Amino acid sequence: MAILETIGLEKRFGGIVAAHDVSLAVEKGARHALIGPNGAGKTTVINMLTGVLRPTAGRIMLEGRDISDIVPHERVRLGMARTFQINQLFLDLTPLESIGLVVSERLGSGADWWRLVGSKSAVTGEIVEIVERFRLADVMHTRTAILPYGKQRLLEIALAFASQPRVLLLDEPAAGVPEAERHELLATIEGLPTEVTVLLIEHDMDLVFSFADRISVLVNGTLFVDGAPEDVARDPRVKAVYLGEELDA
Amino acid sequence: MTTTPTAGDVSAFLKRRARWSPLEAAFWVFAFATIWLFPDKYLILKDSAILALFALSLDLILGYAGIISLGQAAFFGFAGYFAGLVAKYGVINEPVIALICAGFAAAALGFVTSFLVLRGSDLTRLMVTLGVSLMLGELANRYSNITGGADGLQGVEIAPVLGRFNFDLYGHNAYVYCLIVLFVCFLIARRIVYSPFGLSLRAVKGNVLRASAIGIPVKWRLVSIYTVSAFFAGIAGALLTQTTAFCSLDVFSLERSADLLLVLIIGGTGYLYGGLIGAVIYKLLQDWIANLTPQYWQFWIGMVLVVIVLIGRERMAGWIAAARAFLTGVVGRLLPNSAALTGATRDGQ
Repeated sequence: MAILETIGLEKRFGGIVAAHDVSLAVEKGARHALIGPNGAGKTTVINMLTGVLRPTAGRIMLEGRDISDIVPHERVRLGMARTFQINQLFLDLTPLESIGLVVSERLGSGADWWRLVGSKSAVTGEIVEIVERFRLADVMHTRTAILPYGKQRLLEIALAFASQPRVLLLDEPAAGVPEAERHELLATIEGLPTEVTVLLIEHDMDLVFSFADRISVLVNGTLFVDGAPEDVARDPRVKAVYLGEELDA
Repeated sequence: MTTTPTAGDVSAFLKRRARWSPLEAAFWVFAFATIWLFPDKYLILKDSAILALFALSLDLILGYAGIISLGQAAFFGFAGYFAGLVAKYGVINEPVIALICAGFAAAALGFVTSFLVLRGSDLTRLMVTLGVSLMLGELANRYSNITGGADGLQGVEIAPVLGRFNFDLYGHNAYVYCLIVLFVCFLIARRIVYSPFGLSLRAVKGNVLRASAIGIPVKWRLVSIYTVSAFFAGIAGALLTQTTAFCSLDVFSLERSADLLLVLIIGGTGYLYGGLIGAVIYKLLQDWIANLTPQYWQFWIGMVLVVIVLIGRERMAGWIAAARAFLTGVVGRLLPNSAALTGATRDGQ
């Protein structure tokens, strides 16, 4: 059964159709990649999935439940979290504080106003796990604003992961990461637990083909091809429209 | 090399920010010492304490949640009249209970108006907050049968605090009362900003988009802190009424709200002491300059502000840090054993 499904999703900005009739099914536990040339509407789709944008038409189902009218922070509670193509971090906080924030929010103690931060062992225990998993232990006390870019990218994913999503949307996680820090990032993404379903949006074809077990291609706001990586790689239309373009570029 | 942190480390580190520093303790010891040190200055000290509490209320929303407001006087004035009226008509006689009730009345007003304020950008917020306080001021003017209108609320009699301490002529009890209330409110505010709730406010201020993407209900957090801020502003207003046994329309004035921004520009935002230090400096400066040139004091206040903003807070913080390092060095040399007390690390000489 699909854990995340869209039915005829459409977004118009005035006369421009950014997404048209996108019906996407992401299977539970999948490593699903959404690819497409620049301006294909990938980020528009993510923004509709997470509730940042309101679709003009169509429905979004998470675990069989219609979430189309639910506000963004509630969708996080229902088990869907995202990362951002351009880092959206809390620059004045440390990774420790940022992750702690997400964990305590998930455990329902984010509005506690009388307890000191750091006084709940359920929260601190989980922070340790996440800091380790995302290789942030040695920088956990450093203000986010001065972290190396690769670490910021890891924190970007860690924050989404800390809300314990069942579906994790990664919006170009490797974008702009220098070669030296890339390996660490990719290894961390590879190592995400299999219970978490991942929908990956990426330009980097190496990452897509090494990671994904299913690929959907979006072109001009429409779902073009949808299938296993081998099939997508062989599909002549994809080669013409997308991979060809990449090679030319 | 990567070290593996434990839950204990994490907890200790997260709590570290909330620990009392010696400097903070010294601040409060000195604040309470003023009761004995400056017995002839009670009036200005009391005004500073009230202004400090009022500025603290603005710092909570501006420094921690990024909500700018020109309308804190709405809560100050509302609670001021509330405290005056309940005392005048003998509804609640005991001042502490009346004070708390006035705070809650202001909080209720804050809660209701928060929904207007929290939409839109900074400029919208400035205008809406300003508008709300202007409206309340005009209502108080219109219903002069209740408020006394332009003549102010006459005939307010304040019962002794806790049934024992009368507000004396010299203002001693009034100042002690204000200082204790300020301290208690400060402790509550301090607890709030170092709680998970307070941390989430800083997250909202830092990045709203991400805050909602990690599951923070942004709107409700802002409504909550706005309400709390209104509570503190209300307490400040009620203190003024109780300690002067009078309340007039100027509690709603734009100047009162604008003064707060000046106080926070002087003292800085987002570390709680900004409002306190700023209020004291502002009051002393005002008093000192007004003594020098009674007619043109506002000119000098204006110039001080321009200078502060042009020099910039970071540079001044740098000077203060340098001065502090120098002083600890001097103290350390004079009293070699005090290094542990001041926390200074010196090279072994």
